[in-house]
Amino acid sequence: MNRVYMDHNATTPVDPAVLDAMLPFLSSDYGNAASIHSFGQKARAAVESARDSVAALLGARPQEIVFTSGGTESDNHAIFGIVGAASGVAHVITTAIEHEAVLNTCQALEKSGVAVTYLPVDSAGLVDPEAVRRALRPETVLITVMHANNELGTIQPLEEIGKIAAQADVYFHTDAVQSVGKIPVHVEQLGVDLLSLSGHKFYAPKGVGALYIRSGTRLRQLLYGGHHQRGFRPGTENVPGIAGLGKAADIARQSLAETASRTETLRNRLERGLIERVPQARVNAAAAPRTPNTANILFPGLEGEALVIALDLKGLACSTGAACSSGAVEPSHVLTAIGLPPEEARASLRFSLGRHTTEADIEFALEVIPAAVAQLRELSPTYRKAGESR
Amino acid sequence: MNVASQNELTPRPATKEGGLIAVAMSGGVDSSAVAALLLRQGREVVGLTMQLWNQRRLPELMGETPAHGRCCSLDDVYDAKRVAQHLGFSHYVVNFEAQFEERVVRPFVAEYLSGRTPIACANCNTDVKFEPLLLMARQAGAERLATGHYARVRYNRETGRYELLRARDESKDQTYFLFGLTQEQLARTDFPLGDLTKEEARELARSAGLAVADKPESMELCFVPNGNYAQFIEAYQRDQGSPLPAADGEIARQNGEVLARHAGLHQFTVGQRKGLGVSTGEPLYVISIDPAANRVTVGEDAALRQTVCEVERVNWIACATPHSPVHAEVKIRHKHEAAPATVEALGATRARITFDAPQRAITPGQAAVFYSGEIVLGGGWIARDK
Repeated sequence: MNRVYMDHNATTPVDPAVLDAMLPFLSSDYGNAASIHSFGQKARAAVESARDSVAALLGARPQEIVFTSGGTESDNHAIFGIVGAASGVAHVITTAIEHEAVLNTCQALEKSGVAVTYLPVDSAGLVDPEAVRRALRPETVLITVMHANNELGTIQPLEEIGKIAAQADVYFHTDAVQSVGKIPVHVEQLGVDLLSLSGHKFYAPKGVGALYIRSGTRLRQLLYGGHHQRGFRPGTENVPGIAGLGKAADIARQSLAETASRTETLRNRLERGLIERVPQARVNAAAAPRTPNTANILFPGLEGEALVIALDLKGLACSTGAACSSGAVEPSHVLTAIGLPPEEARASLRFSLGRHTTEADIEFALEVIPAAVAQLRELSPTYRKAGESR
Repeated sequence: MNVASQNELTPRPATKEGGLIAVAMSGGVDSSAVAALLLRQGREVVGLTMQLWNQRRLPELMGETPAHGRCCSLDDVYDAKRVAQHLGFSHYVVNFEAQFEERVVRPFVAEYLSGRTPIACANCNTDVKFEPLLLMARQAGAERLATGHYARVRYNRETGRYELLRARDESKDQTYFLFGLTQEQLARTDFPLGDLTKEEARELARSAGLAVADKPESMELCFVPNGNYAQFIEAYQRDQGSPLPAADGEIARQNGEVLARHAGLHQFTVGQRKGLGVSTGEPLYVISIDPAANRVTVGEDAALRQTVCEVERVNWIACATPHSPVHAEVKIRHKHEAAPATVEALGATRARITFDAPQRAITPGQAAVFYSGEIVLGGGWIARDK
């Protein structure tokens, strides 16, 4: 069966060049980067060169990059780290559309007595920077606002929020897991003090990520152990993963603009095609600046979960909402936050394109989606109008 | 075992036999065997597992019970996924938590609180498995839904109706929980294990190399893993923000003599002997539960025996609502041996059952299912005496 993958916001394939960069460290060059001998030296060189690459992608300095196991650890490290280093009562500002790695971390903080403000977003999924300013309190220690949203692709006005944070002298963290590799991400421009990224969202393997920590930022470490990464993030370094992340960062830096414009053309074609061919179809958060690869489409009158299954059985992989560990779909807190009623949230699907998506893939999607939607609506009790029965 | 003879009942006119078939998979041996059997018959299969209840909803009940065998435990979902991977078909988990709570859990609690003894599994079949799940299966592109129930379905050309039949293995028969299925639901349903014994199903799973072949059966209600319904109901009501009042009602004899106090009707079921908190020397049983008076009436075993009862929300399967009384064997709980009776329809959704001989502990809230031999004529929910 012809299988087309349109779920790159969930994960991406490892780029062949990334795999090549990793392979030596999975075979002959197996040293521990903390070892003194030549095996260790080779590994250390790979790790530090990757650190340079990641720093270059973000416009940061290498010593400001800490390698982690991925986005979730980076988010936890940043948020618990800043709040843990603060003395006295603490207050955190975040948004209603964050990834669970941020939301659930904030909820854990609340249980230990930290106050958290969850800012709403408008119908395009954007946070109002002025609302951030208004939410500031004397005891605010951290603002954490995601860069690009995983479900909608909306890009938050981080530059403005960064200025507000700087004026108020409050640390500013962003979960940039969905933007790194897709759009330019420059820590100085954005004015962030901490930034989380995850390798597998931009063609590096799963299980490796990084946290950018601006020099001079005081935060408590998350894990305790040996002296790896200056003792700040102990644990034997995942050398193959880190080498892969470095290579992925190099590729992203070199090809980002070209990939973004190509992907955006394809994404727009997909959106236009669906709106033309599927009655009542609509693009969610269309008014906001968005990552070039993400399309979130509302197909009124059907269960998105059924459509995802129907499409997968026809060879098109996409997603709805956020999957929980069983794989079942939870109602999306993001779509609810932009004001969609539950039945519309459940009728929305995300198609996220990637570097290797082709025009033929888009044509395939434009063939199978309208047909599947029509078939589903035929059986949908909410879409089928009165007077028919069978 | 003669696998070739499976499903060779009367052909069905309404749907194609050849299309994609969805299998409702719990991660247990029966539904896994169904998938293996259908694949052996050359069918194209897709697996669906329902996410019905999140155990974290009532964290106070999570306790020490192992996660295994709990409703929607990840172990079971992953078992289903492993079976699908092993046999090579697609498998999806679908979220019906909202429907399950609204159509099964909430009515279950409400029934207990009003002094009846519900059967959640029957509601789940009628209102979840063969309703939104069947719909989702069809929306995903499947023609039909197969489950691991021990029952049979066939089309009767003469009557033009789909019939539900007892499983060949009567000790495993589950038709008691399926009496609510409509003609439309039956038309799109397959019970491939209806001709097999449990051991044959296990053997089938073993021969297909399935890791779940020797998995123990789950006997408890899936969302109450420790079997303590009263504790579940109390926790659920607290979660809903309407904790049960420290109810203080009477436990009394039929003559009105008060023997003890009770702390909630949901702790009682008709025929119950243990846990009454009365010691009178003679064995006493719950005879009836009166929610209006908040009273539990107890008495001797003989008082539990009744000849007549009425059922509501009746569903006729093998025939339309009959105009004259029909003779049938009627089963009033899962482990009851169907007893001869006369069933008289009182309108389209109600019926009166008159047993040939008195039956013990006819319990409001339980189902009464009417059989004619192996055929399920229909069934309804036992009403409280007026």
